[in-house]
Amino acid sequence: MGAQLRVYRRQIKSVQSTQKITKAMELIAASRIVKAQNRVNAARPYADELTRALAALGKDSSLKHPLLTGAQNPRRVGILVITSDRGLAGGYSANAIKRANELADSVRGEGKEPVLYVIGRKGVGYYRFRQIELTDSWTGFSEQPHFIDAREATETVVAALEAGSEGAVEGVAGIDELHVVYTRFESMVTQTPTAALIAPVNLSQAALAEEETSTSGEPGPAYDFEPEPEQLLGELLPRYISARIFSALLESAASESAARRRAMKSASDNASDLIKTYTRLANQARQAEITQEISEIVGGADALAAAGSDA
Amino acid sequence: MASTMQVELVSVERPIWSGEATAVYARTPEGEIGVLPGHAPLLGALAPGWLVRIQQADGVEQRVAVHGGFLSVRADGVSVLAEIAESADEIDVARAHAALERAGSGSDDSTVAARDRALARLRAAGEQV
Repeated sequence: MGAQLRVYRRQIKSVQSTQKITKAMELIAASRIVKAQNRVNAARPYADELTRALAALGKDSSLKHPLLTGAQNPRRVGILVITSDRGLAGGYSANAIKRANELADSVRGEGKEPVLYVIGRKGVGYYRFRQIELTDSWTGFSEQPHFIDAREATETVVAALEAGSEGAVEGVAGIDELHVVYTRFESMVTQTPTAALIAPVNLSQAALAEEETSTSGEPGPAYDFEPEPEQLLGELLPRYISARIFSALLESAASESAARRRAMKSASDNASDLIKTYTRLANQARQAEITQEISEIVGGADALAAAGSDA
Repeated sequence: MASTMQVELVSVERPIWSGEATAVYARTPEGEIGVLPGHAPLLGALAPGWLVRIQQADGVEQRVAVHGGFLSVRADGVSVLAEIAESADEIDVARAHAALERAGSGSDDSTVAARDRALARLRAAGEQV
């Protein structure tokens, strides 16, 4: 076999084995999307109930809580960026980080200081490499977040929120506002990086969501509260914030798998194209080899015949 | 008045149980509360370290250790919200005892939380503590 042909055959083999891997990853990611979506749906009843409870509390507009009203002059703005732990997901992490940077710029433009919290190894790597200071980061659960994992992150940011920029948690100044940058799962093909303001909590928004979900449209019943509304609000708000963060995590997990599936699908498609190209080239090389052999034989025979007639 | 009500037990990650029940017993920071069908609308925080008992319509009593939870009573039913909820048969009594001992009588936040979790588990499992 000619050297050229051997090179092409080897290329084809290597691309084929790469394609097997990307194909497998595509299938895994596809099954994870469904699982992640199921988890998003399974977590919804809790969030809905909590929203409904908050909306009931929010009807009493005399209630004041730092997490509700926010600081007078917010100085430090927390940004929680949700990225993936692993790569091979196309632009998933890069897009979320880009969105976060836009947000950080606009926060700086308002004369406030952005405070970064990052979930996911990719985001941590990005900021470390650029020597941008992270207040805190968590890794290892981006693809299948459980509440236990998420709790560490939510507890930290809620504590920072409760401290406010005047106070401090373990020597680190707190924050006045919290944005979460996550990737919204719109469909299997579209995922949008989104920045959402989580705190201060907008109760009228919660009430609006409640009106949409309630079927009757009548105002809800007057609740008894136990303990007193102020105290109850103080208990509910942190949980509401952690539930919001957790649901953002779940949705990001679904988006991550969808992004990975798409990236792996285009990798598999590219591999198919490459294999086709190399097969054509290999066939050409083989044909050229045969043609050459034939012309060598014919040439040899001619030469022999010419030598014979001369004799 | 209906003799049963719709009860839902929901954790952050998934709905755990839902069905008809004749009564729900829980404990708020202000004391033990029993909810029967037709109860006035109520929103309450659940005291840490306690359990929620659901008297199912078929007479079976469901005991659940609830960590970080709320109780919401509405005209159309009762919802128990929990960050984490474990039913009695999921609880490892020996482990909970060990955790309770480990927590001892410490007073910092994480120790208190650990003790409350262990207490809730043991109480749900029907242990005397």
